[in-house]
Amino acid sequence: MSSSVMVDSKQKKRLLEMLRRMLTIRRFEERVKKEFAATRVKGFVHLYIGEEAVAVGVCSNLTDADYVTSTHRGHGHCIAKGVDVKGMMAELYGRRTGTCKGKGGSMHIADVGLGMLGANGIVGAGAPIAVGAGLSSKYRKSGQVAVCFFSDGALNQGAVHEAMNIASIWKLPVIFVLENNQFAESTSVRYATSVKDPSVRGESYSMPSVRVDGMDVLAVSQAAAEAVARARKGEGPSFIVCDTYRYMGHFEGDDQTYRTKEDVDVYRNNDPITKLRKKMAEDGSLTEKEFEELDASVLKEIEESVVYADSSEWPAPSEVLDDVYTSR
Amino acid sequence: MQQVDQQQRNLTFLQAITEALSQEMERDKSIVVMGEDVRIWGGVFGRFKGFREKFGDDRVLDTPISEAGFVGAGVGAAATGLRPVVDLMFVDFFGVAGDQIVNQAAKMKYMFGGKAKIPLVIITMIGGGLSAAAQHSECLYSVFAHIPGIKCVVPSTAYDAKGLLTTALRQDDPVMFFEHKFLHSSTEGRPVPKESYAIQFGKADIKREGTDVTIVGLARTVHQSLEAAQELQTQGISAEVLDLRTIVPMDEQAILDSVKKTGRLVVVDEDYPRCNIATDVAALVASKGFNYLDSPIGIVSSLDTPPPFSPVLEEAFLPSVEKIVQSAKAAVHRT
Repeated sequence: MSSSVMVDSKQKKRLLEMLRRMLTIRRFEERVKKEFAATRVKGFVHLYIGEEAVAVGVCSNLTDADYVTSTHRGHGHCIAKGVDVKGMMAELYGRRTGTCKGKGGSMHIADVGLGMLGANGIVGAGAPIAVGAGLSSKYRKSGQVAVCFFSDGALNQGAVHEAMNIASIWKLPVIFVLENNQFAESTSVRYATSVKDPSVRGESYSMPSVRVDGMDVLAVSQAAAEAVARARKGEGPSFIVCDTYRYMGHFEGDDQTYRTKEDVDVYRNNDPITKLRKKMAEDGSLTEKEFEELDASVLKEIEESVVYADSSEWPAPSEVLDDVYTSR
Repeated sequence: MQQVDQQQRNLTFLQAITEALSQEMERDKSIVVMGEDVRIWGGVFGRFKGFREKFGDDRVLDTPISEAGFVGAGVGAAATGLRPVVDLMFVDFFGVAGDQIVNQAAKMKYMFGGKAKIPLVIITMIGGGLSAAAQHSECLYSVFAHIPGIKCVVPSTAYDAKGLLTTALRQDDPVMFFEHKFLHSSTEGRPVPKESYAIQFGKADIKREGTDVTIVGLARTVHQSLEAAQELQTQGISAEVLDLRTIVPMDEQAILDSVKKTGRLVVVDEDYPRCNIATDVAALVASKGFNYLDSPIGIVSSLDTPPPFSPVLEEAFLPSVEKIVQSAKAAVHRT
């Protein structure tokens, strides 16, 4: 076997894995939408559909030991970081077998063992926490990096500015990833943000800053690869702006009066999953049949997660008191 | 035991805190200190003096004035293997970092189904008596006691401060360690052993035994209550002074036991009067120890105003020995 074929096969495997992860996020979220509509999933739910390339592109450069902090729209970050979808679905169902034993739900879904330091109900709150994880890695000389995912709504939160400044002066291995999905709830980023190009916010904290097409997983992955390499070499934080879009409302139930269907269609026609699928078809690394098989296996995995969640026990009411403190 | 006694010194409250931190940092390399002005000044009142020379720049971190940023960094570092001690200079500043304490540190373990631990210690100064006015004189520990998930330590003596801080640094939950700035130079209470020792959280301490009335205090009000007890003794009233030491967890049994013995209760709390520790203790005794009571519960708190600047006004605002004496006498004479 020639070396070029070896590289191709390695590259194919990498692309296939990214496609599988993006598709898993998409199918998971589509199913959550249904489960929520059927009131089997309660509470507040924010779906990541449309933004898959960001989480997957970034996390394709991470190991299980690396850290991520997430947002209220956190399911995609979990799946990209390798969190088990069965545990996730059980969590959304509020069951004892959930990743957080039914204590967190959608907005606080986490798996600290996999470095997933939590979705977060407070916009921008993950940024200082990511800085702390970066500080910890640097102090322990572990080589781990911390990725802070945040959205354009958090771009104007004080905590994010403080965190970016501290990461910069302490030269911490933190990658700030802006998911510029255009809207903070109903408020347009163009209205709410004083700068046209958000990447200047990173430059003003003296960190390398790039802006990439967040609907292109390969572009995101490439930018993240450079930022992660810099962080691991001890060269400090980076800022990546990913222009992206959420196809669904801010939350399930959002009437979306702040945009038109046509606005959404512009991005749907630029879909990150379709884009990668097309590219792989063109370079011969994925046949139609292979894609259908992949999709079927992802759908099966999601179906199994629902069966698992639905058949899992509820927590006992007495468990309400558990895990407030390590010791009383 | 004899040997231990020889090594006991009359340390000040602040020296005892510095010693506990220093000893634990020698023992545990995962402890780092961060806050404003900690490297050169050793913190504004010198709590960390000499730490930079002793422990190095990577364990003693000066922060920008970014409370949300550095308290949050403490939360993230605690969640990922360090044991940060964060200096939130004055508790009055907590609002700036409130989200990271209340929504993040306090809740992460619970929200994540127990799969995180946040061994974070936030040290912060509280209290009045120095004419520091409305934004540098509050107590506010009741705010944190209100929030499930944060342990709250409110020591009154050097001995207790050292032992309680040592415990804070050896357990795995977030702790707010409230340091009353009026007590910084106080050497009251038991002498402080040189070697490290730990005082269990949730154990109140009887600072003075008595039979006629129980006075529950914390931090500075313990000293005021002890003075009041002396005064009461000259008037033929025997007061027991119970120091809560930690308010989360709170030693409910010690409170109930003491009231059962004396039949009367006065609670002295320097925090604002609404929803404070005094009302909490009063509610405890009213609901679980009502039959022990021979008279209505007395409460002495600060007034329901922001802390004033002028010493005359501040004196009127704060609990005082005289107010405690009056309250205790009322409790005894209304029997």
